[in-house]
Amino acid sequence: MDGNFSVVLFYSTSAAIRAEKLIQGAGLNVKLIPVPRNLSSDCGICLRFDNNDIEEIRTILKTQEIEYDSIHQM
Amino acid sequence: MIYLDNAATSFPKPEEVGPAMLHFLENVGANPGRSGHRLSIEAGRILYETRESVAELFNVKDPLRIVFGINATEAINLALKGLLRPGNRVITSSMEHNSVMRPLRELEKKEIDITVVPCSSQGFLDPKDIENSIDKNTVLIALNHASNVVGSLLPVSAVGEIARKHNLLLMVDAAQTAGCCPIDVEENMIDLLAFTGHKSLYGPQGTGGLVIGERVDIEQLNPLKTGGTGSKSEHEYQPRFLPDLCESGTPNTVGLAGLDAGVQFVIKQGIDKIRRHEIDLTRRLIEGLNQIPEVIIYGGSEPENQIAVVSFNIRDTFPSEVGLQLDEGYGIMCRIGLHCAPAAHKTIGTFPIGTVRCSMSYFNTHSEIDQTIKAVADIAKTSKS
Repeated sequence: MDGNFSVVLFYSTSAAIRAEKLIQGAGLNVKLIPVPRNLSSDCGICLRFDNNDIEEIRTILKTQEIEYDSIHQM
Repeated sequence: MIYLDNAATSFPKPEEVGPAMLHFLENVGANPGRSGHRLSIEAGRILYETRESVAELFNVKDPLRIVFGINATEAINLALKGLLRPGNRVITSSMEHNSVMRPLRELEKKEIDITVVPCSSQGFLDPKDIENSIDKNTVLIALNHASNVVGSLLPVSAVGEIARKHNLLLMVDAAQTAGCCPIDVEENMIDLLAFTGHKSLYGPQGTGGLVIGERVDIEQLNPLKTGGTGSKSEHEYQPRFLPDLCESGTPNTVGLAGLDAGVQFVIKQGIDKIRRHEIDLTRRLIEGLNQIPEVIIYGGSEPENQIAVVSFNIRDTFPSEVGLQLDEGYGIMCRIGLHCAPAAHKTIGTFPIGTVRCSMSYFNTHSEIDQTIKAVADIAKTSKS
């Protein structure tokens, strides 16, 4: 990661973990972290990823039909 | 020791199951999906992996539509009590276990109508009888996949087709078949699949769940329990998405870790191989028992049409006496009596005395079956004299 990262927030932990697995399966680097304090989310964990991967991650979430709350650049 | 009570709980378990549970207890241990630290996330991953394994086995497209609970009974209660409303009619069969019958009889008190379609004395169901019972108030068909008393397989796909044709939901109780018979929720047109972990999925007791198909309107599903889910914590109302809607409170993560290992074992062995072995054992037992003149076998005579469950009696001898002698004299463990299914015993004509039931798993052997046949022959001979 180059230091510029984003997070994607989900409604449920199960969805966050499902997304982590599918995105990692596509060869991208992501990490499940607690939701940063300045954001609020329905579940306590979110996925952190490199800004450069944002479009690819949006595509994966869409094609795999994983519902997510929002994406935030940190 | 010969264990032939696998329809109650399978034993032994595959060697992977215990270590998977110990791994959770010793190395993970945390509460899944609550806290966001690495062990909590790891526990969450174990739950998710279990969901994926179950999804693979039953061909469920979205693993998040599988909700875990403690057994098939809980899953059946969730499906029936969660979806049925006063004025609705439910159709079920006369081969049901009390896990279906009792929730339905409770619902009957709340003005939900129940139609029990009779099965043959061998325990089989004609799907036409289901279709003929449908009226304008019917919303759901609740069906046993296989009888826990005589093992008869019920025509789930044919009933699934009928359910789709009349725009009804089909709930299948797969307590006896999940893991030993092919189940494909798409192909079999099953909208709600209730399964337990501790039988042919080879997990521990205290695990099970409900697959909730796309045709089920989640907005109409009332959970049995509400409470903490680790999601939407700022709200005092239950989240309306799956699996959280139906999974309140800390789950049985250690048990589900074991269930994952059990399901993976089933996938690795292959359902077809498991089924072939169990058919082979069933045929051997039926053929052997048929050679004993005093023995009456209930159910069908074709192992292909049943699971590895064989119910019998020795003429003029109580099942309890046979069970006791098998255990004490031969170390053979089976189950006697009514098997929590009075309606099924009425159907096959063995109510209220019941039967002796031998139920096999993938781990039983030809030699164990042969010893059992010999033991039953001995008991039949002595009880006659």
